[in-house]
Amino acid sequence: MTLFLRTYLVLVFGFVFLPIVVSMLFSFNSDRFPTLPMSGFTFEWYQTIFADPDFWRSAKNSLIVSGTTCIIATSLVFCTAYTDYRYSFRGKSLFLAIILLPPTIPLIIIALAMLAWFSRVGMSGQLTSIIAAHTVLTAPFAMAIIRLRLSQIDESLEAAAWNLGASEWRAMREVILPFCKPAILSSLFLTAAVSFDEFTVAWFVSGLNKTLPVHVLEIVQGTIDPQVNAIGTLVFGISITLVVISQLLIFFRLQRAIQ
Amino acid sequence: MTQPLVVLDHVEKHFDDFVAVRDANLTINEGEFIAIMGPSGCGKTTTLRMLAGLDAPTSGTISIAGQVMNDVSAHERDTPMVWQSLALFPFLNARENVEFGLKMRGISPEERRKRAMNWLERMEIGEFAERNVDTLSGGQRQRVALARALVTEPKLLLLDEPLSALDAHLVIRMQSVLTKLQRELGITFVYVTHSQSEAFAMADRVVIMSKGDIAQVGSPREVYRAPKTRFVAEFVGRNNILPGKVAAIAQESVSVETPLGTFNVQGQAALGASASIVVAGDIMQVGEGENALTATVISEEFVGSMVTAFLEAEDGTELKVQVQERALANLNLETGNTVTLGWATQDGHLLLEDR
Repeated sequence: MTLFLRTYLVLVFGFVFLPIVVSMLFSFNSDRFPTLPMSGFTFEWYQTIFADPDFWRSAKNSLIVSGTTCIIATSLVFCTAYTDYRYSFRGKSLFLAIILLPPTIPLIIIALAMLAWFSRVGMSGQLTSIIAAHTVLTAPFAMAIIRLRLSQIDESLEAAAWNLGASEWRAMREVILPFCKPAILSSLFLTAAVSFDEFTVAWFVSGLNKTLPVHVLEIVQGTIDPQVNAIGTLVFGISITLVVISQLLIFFRLQRAIQ
Repeated sequence: MTQPLVVLDHVEKHFDDFVAVRDANLTINEGEFIAIMGPSGCGKTTTLRMLAGLDAPTSGTISIAGQVMNDVSAHERDTPMVWQSLALFPFLNARENVEFGLKMRGISPEERRKRAMNWLERMEIGEFAERNVDTLSGGQRQRVALARALVTEPKLLLLDEPLSALDAHLVIRMQSVLTKLQRELGITFVYVTHSQSEAFAMADRVVIMSKGDIAQVGSPREVYRAPKTRFVAEFVGRNNILPGKVAAIAQESVSVETPLGTFNVQGQAALGASASIVVAGDIMQVGEGENALTATVISEEFVGSMVTAFLEAEDGTELKVQVQERALANLNLETGNTVTLGWATQDGHLLLEDR
């Protein structure tokens, strides 16, 4: 790698991660305002948030939402991706386009549309509405991972299972699912991370059942409070862990495929 | 040995407008090694897949061991297949791959393990039982695939070009493994291949298919020496085909007038009928004979002990002559030379054009 590329890489990563690092540092700063030099080390802000019942409520909501979303999104997407892999039918490209559509629509539009829709069907302001919205938003990520894996399958593999006495359901359980296991796990972690982080749509449809990112925004709206840095650090820690696990699963699978 | 095991009765398979197999009639006996051979797209793999129940015939019936199989789904048949891609399960080790068929049949883990190990040892790969299949060599993977198919002790084994991914020297080794195995087990092998050498080396009978039709069924020798159609004559290697018309008929032979001269051949045909004389490359030889023609040497192909010389006759017909490499020096077969080629009347084969 040339020196230029190295420098470029460092700059890009710096640009992306510096604000996060700064926020992490100030979460341990004893001064109320983020000024340099830092005045002293403290756990005060962490103690404040851990003592705040609102934090615990929103954290619990976030965990419920992302935990449920990742399971629903991954299961639905697995069925969809398998349908795409196994069958050809009229309108198949339209079918796929609908699933892959959400990233092309501005979040604020989706959020507004969801809010309008949920209030009309009497689902507004509940955790289930956030879960439904997040399932739609995270599906394209899951789709990308699971379709990639299914495209690597040897066409004869499933037929070989039938040939050896496995019914279609049995072949699904004994061959297709084990083959896709790394992609399924990876999809679970990635959709959980995306849902855990998501703010815009959650803010619109959550009502009183705030998730963690929504709670953070509410603090920031009122005051400059270093609590936000502490929460941000925690949220970042959880999300990045989920994403890294997801990527490692894909990476090791590819490594084995190359060997 | 001569009980029919598989009977194809007027079997057809259509994919939309495409006819993959047309009116196939074939009886395969118990304990027979049958090779289905033909160029790609001739319907050989479709025929095999119909035997396995992976494709359903459009019309006609397929029976195995006296039972009509048309409505029996793939997983209820005992017709294991060795796949061209091998289709080993990459997330299982060698032993678990072999156990798969037994597991589907609900056999207990201990019994499964015992029988799988038995087969792996029989295939001489017992030491690799716990290895991931991705880490095995081509030949070892081939043996795992065979063990996996044979572990349920079927009456019929289907093989879909199983050796096509192997190196040439391994192909020869696996051929002898397969023939030995087939003889020991006494079960029926149906072997699909596009390779004439594989089919001829192993099969009791070969089935030659072309564009969905069964062109000829017979022993390798019959198919090689007495092709029934022009397609078969061209497909089975180094044949010279001299097309013409029957010009004279005698008691047991006819004269066929071709652009290269009039030649005699054994057989019977109507005067004036379209007919070809087929003379195999190892029968047409340099020198005078009962029948003879002249041609110019174009090129040579060296394949070890045999050399194939390609020649061009006066009218541009390409001719092939196979000679022993050690005899080559005396034959004056250098490129550009014109030589006389001859053969005995009884060694030619009469081919009547039916279409």
